[in-house]
Amino acid sequence: MINLTINSKPVSVPEGSTVLKAAEKLNIHIPTLCNHDDLCVVGNCRVCVVEQKGARALIASCAHPATEGMEILTNSLKVRNARKHIVELLLSEHRADCTKCYRNQNCELQTLANAYSYGDHLFINLIKDHEIMIDQTSASIVKDDSKCIRCQRCVRTCAELQKVSALAVSGKGCNQKISTFHDRPLSHVVCTNCGQCIIRCPTGALTEKTQIEQVWDAIYNQGKHVVVQTAPAVRVALGEDLGYDPGERVTGKLVTALRQIGFDSVLDTDFSADLTIMEEGTELLTRLKKVLVDGDKETALPLFTSCSPGWIKFIEHKKPGLIPHLSTCKSPQQMFGVLAKTYYAGKRKLNPADIVSVSIMPCTAKKFEANRPEMRASGYKDVDFVLTTRELAIMIRQSGIDFRALETDNYDSIMGTSTGAGVIFGATGGVMEAALRTAYEIVTGKEVPFKDLNIVPVRGLEGVKEASLKIEGCKKEWAFLEGVELQVAIAHGLTNADKLISKVVSGEASYHFIEIMACPGGCIGGGGQPIPTNNTIRQKRVDAIYAEDMEMKLRKSHDNPEIIAVYKDFLGEPNSHKAHELLHTQYIERIRN
Amino acid sequence: MYQIDNLVKDLVKQHGRAREALMPILQGVVAQHNYLTDEAMVEVAKELDLSAAEVYGTASFYTFLDTEPRGKYVIRVCKTITCAMKGKNEIIEVLQEMLRINVGETTLNDKFTILETNCIGWCHKAPAILINDTPYTDLTREKLVKIIKEYMHQ
Amino acid sequence: METKKLNKVDLIFEHVDPRVILTKAFKMSNDDIINEVIESGLKGRGGAGFPTGMKWKFAAGEKSKEKYIVCNADEGEPGTFKDREILDRVAYKVYSGMAIAGKAIGAKKGVVYLRAEYKFLIPQLMMELDGFHTLIKDIGYNFQIEYKLGSGAYICGEESALFESIEGYRGEPRNKPPYPTQNGLFGKPTVINNVETLVNIVIIVNYGSAKYKSHGTRFSTGAKVFSVSGDTPNPGIYELELGMSVLEFVNEFGDGDTKAVQVGGASGLCVPRKLFASTIIGFEGVPTGGSVKLFNSTRSMYNVLHNYLDFFNEESCGNCTPCRVGCQQLLLGVEAVKKGDMKSSYLNELAKLADTMKVASKCGLGQSVGNAFNSILENFREEIIY
Repeated sequence: MINLTINSKPVSVPEGSTVLKAAEKLNIHIPTLCNHDDLCVVGNCRVCVVEQKGARALIASCAHPATEGMEILTNSLKVRNARKHIVELLLSEHRADCTKCYRNQNCELQTLANAYSYGDHLFINLIKDHEIMIDQTSASIVKDDSKCIRCQRCVRTCAELQKVSALAVSGKGCNQKISTFHDRPLSHVVCTNCGQCIIRCPTGALTEKTQIEQVWDAIYNQGKHVVVQTAPAVRVALGEDLGYDPGERVTGKLVTALRQIGFDSVLDTDFSADLTIMEEGTELLTRLKKVLVDGDKETALPLFTSCSPGWIKFIEHKKPGLIPHLSTCKSPQQMFGVLAKTYYAGKRKLNPADIVSVSIMPCTAKKFEANRPEMRASGYKDVDFVLTTRELAIMIRQSGIDFRALETDNYDSIMGTSTGAGVIFGATGGVMEAALRTAYEIVTGKEVPFKDLNIVPVRGLEGVKEASLKIEGCKKEWAFLEGVELQVAIAHGLTNADKLISKVVSGEASYHFIEIMACPGGCIGGGGQPIPTNNTIRQKRVDAIYAEDMEMKLRKSHDNPEIIAVYKDFLGEPNSHKAHELLHTQYIERIRN
Repeated sequence: MYQIDNLVKDLVKQHGRAREALMPILQGVVAQHNYLTDEAMVEVAKELDLSAAEVYGTASFYTFLDTEPRGKYVIRVCKTITCAMKGKNEIIEVLQEMLRINVGETTLNDKFTILETNCIGWCHKAPAILINDTPYTDLTREKLVKIIKEYMHQ
Repeated sequence: METKKLNKVDLIFEHVDPRVILTKAFKMSNDDIINEVIESGLKGRGGAGFPTGMKWKFAAGEKSKEKYIVCNADEGEPGTFKDREILDRVAYKVYSGMAIAGKAIGAKKGVVYLRAEYKFLIPQLMMELDGFHTLIKDIGYNFQIEYKLGSGAYICGEESALFESIEGYRGEPRNKPPYPTQNGLFGKPTVINNVETLVNIVIIVNYGSAKYKSHGTRFSTGAKVFSVSGDTPNPGIYELELGMSVLEFVNEFGDGDTKAVQVGGASGLCVPRKLFASTIIGFEGVPTGGSVKLFNSTRSMYNVLHNYLDFFNEESCGNCTPCRVGCQQLLLGVEAVKKGDMKSSYLNELAKLADTMKVASKCGLGQSVGNAFNSILENFREEIIY
């Protein structure tokens, strides 16, 4: 242990701890900006400087190791002066247009300014209005350099967590900035739209491309029937933006709020998550049969899940050779979208042209996905608008709804009934678990051999997870699977995904089925979720997802009566011709820069 | 006419694919091609398994790894203190008159680019310039005119 | 304080037989070499002035199969050109210093990081290096030197930024600790020395630390190569004993009208006429990597300051806030005061900002911008305002 004092208070910390961690142990608050628990330490904002007695220069507490006998002052005159200057300097290169800013009141720089700068405006404003360039080209992400304070969290996120590096630091000195390849528009670079940069940006330099106004317009348009679907991960995180603690489930109030906002029908993406399981599970079994029985060399295994549009774009940009491994299933959002304007329209006797389909997603990449030209199988744009969890929270606040006081309510039908299997799509490992619950039962006629259906080995926040499941007691038509050890793997965060698929490509590991989610933690940690998101918060949301699952009456996708009905009344069989037409898609190779 | 992707491949053969090969490869491209085209940066990124943004981000840090079009002869005029005191402005004037371009620009025939640069280490022989890698020092109007004329005829 | 008369010496450029020096060092124990360097009192000649022997001792104490000797030839400080001259004239002494360092700390690899501006020297340097490799192999050294070129970035003279650059990244300084002797190039224990420092090793091995110390003062032992420029009839390279006053210097090199001397380049200090006599050039007074620039009364110190600030504004790596934004604010600030857009009292705020940059910046660059700024502002405030 290392012994030191901070503001004369003694503290002991394990060797290798930073001064910042030692201060946290004493509950001494040191402000930080560039520091983020998910990312490597860079020590570049200097907001966290403290004084070490006997040293000429101040030290960055986030980057400096605690050493034996160190005497640290966190609030000396020297520290206060420096901190104030640093905050003022950041404010001078930041377009502090706070009242008009999307991140107003949830901005780390604003918080610091409130605490340290007292509105002095010590220095010259470096933002030249005529030079402001806001990149609005991406369907998902807006990049406004005039609000960037060069903390490089986005760059580290894109490199360390996502192995994409669509953003990098460029130039030097006064010309240093965060840029794409040669400053190309975000829509024309390798960006996967995952939005992980957004949830780590301390200011409003990176935000989602909002569609709140378009949705309000649709709601107020009397001629339109506006349906809304809510993704599984939204219900376990929305509360955070409305004053609840992380991990609080607000499903019932969410439904009521959407109704009060004015959506004509409040439906659930969990329904189409169940549908995805039917389609993808069948696809997996079909591929297994083709490979194991027919010896088909054209069929690619392992099968990769395709629910995560960030992951899809990653493959399209960076590993197009692996496209055949991707499940052809559309994501639950898009399956829902296409059914809303076909099946739902028919059942409700609506003209699909009059339906506006809105989705509430924990995700920014879903905005891009909805815009893909492939996503018009209904003959219309299958999903018209995609809002993030954060955008929905804004709409709820705009509506003057007292969220806490709301009664809970149930989703509408049809396409509002779901199972626990659909819910757990929101957490890493969830798609895998849901698929196993169904596929195992299809093949053997028995439930998966795990207590309470909880397939614990595929759960948790470990970056790469592996599991195997021996298939025993197969039904006659699946006899070829008898005794097969089904090998599965799960990764979340694209860096982990890249590691996992590299092992597959090199032949170091072989699997039948792989679940990938682009975002750390899966959708609960998505780029559209409340800010901040960190490991503690992710864990709480995961716990909430599994609690929600446990409370569901039905926990297996194939038990969902609405799923049974949609096949009976509309689609026929899973992977039928019609299902293929509407629920499956294809992928394209994209540029790698 | 060589292809830029062949040039990159040759450089990769020479320097390898590790990250530390990035600078020598980029330097090699500039030595052959005067500046880094987008195509070259993408090719380097592919070979080294980096993103193009990372290559651009690294290149744009270094003054001599130009990412904008440059002429065959890049004239870098030292603008730091001693050269500034000893006639840098006149050097620029002469160059602009002779080449009919401003600082930062490239002649239409892609032969010359004029740039200003920070201290090049010839303060005792100011004013000084670099033309590509070659320093020219103790410059006077007459001396410079002669030097540039020689390059023009090359 | 101990002051010396101006005394020209000829040790750096003096021709010696490298075989003799290297053989002598090869026969010494590593501890003896390191102790001799410690005993000499040699401090780094790049500008920061860290005791070289201590640096070697730390690196020697690190257990690692791989270690590096890096020669910092990224001479970029405005007004400094001595390393170019040394490499041009006595590169073999630089290589010898590296080989001796390598032996002393247990490193088999040496890297010379040469600034792009000196690329024209490469053919000649490589030729000499080939001969050198043959020579040391013959004596018994297991040491190989290679060249890495910079690409135009002043900050790469900062040791950890230099490592980043060699490793293929943007030349941004690392957080310290860990220091290079523990965790340097490619994460290995590394001794990084300036070109001139390495030549001093040859002098120390050749003459012994006692003779070495006979030059200079207690805190600034030995001699130093000075790069003299500006308003002087005799600009050039001079090897002088450390410890003379600025006045001695001005008497030798001035043009009779010297009003200020900038010692240590853009990151050094400006000494006004009234302080010439009382200011010593050396680690006890104004330290320098070798740059001394003289300004006569025809020069505007506003222009001088502006030129320096413009330099830092472009050459800051941009990584940390105090340096990136601070440099911009200092530059725009003096411009605004000059134009009358800001009150002259704004200069006081800028002086405080310069102080913050000195203590809060990540590396030596940001920490030294305030030197020139505050020393010019203190002594030539009127010239900045009017």
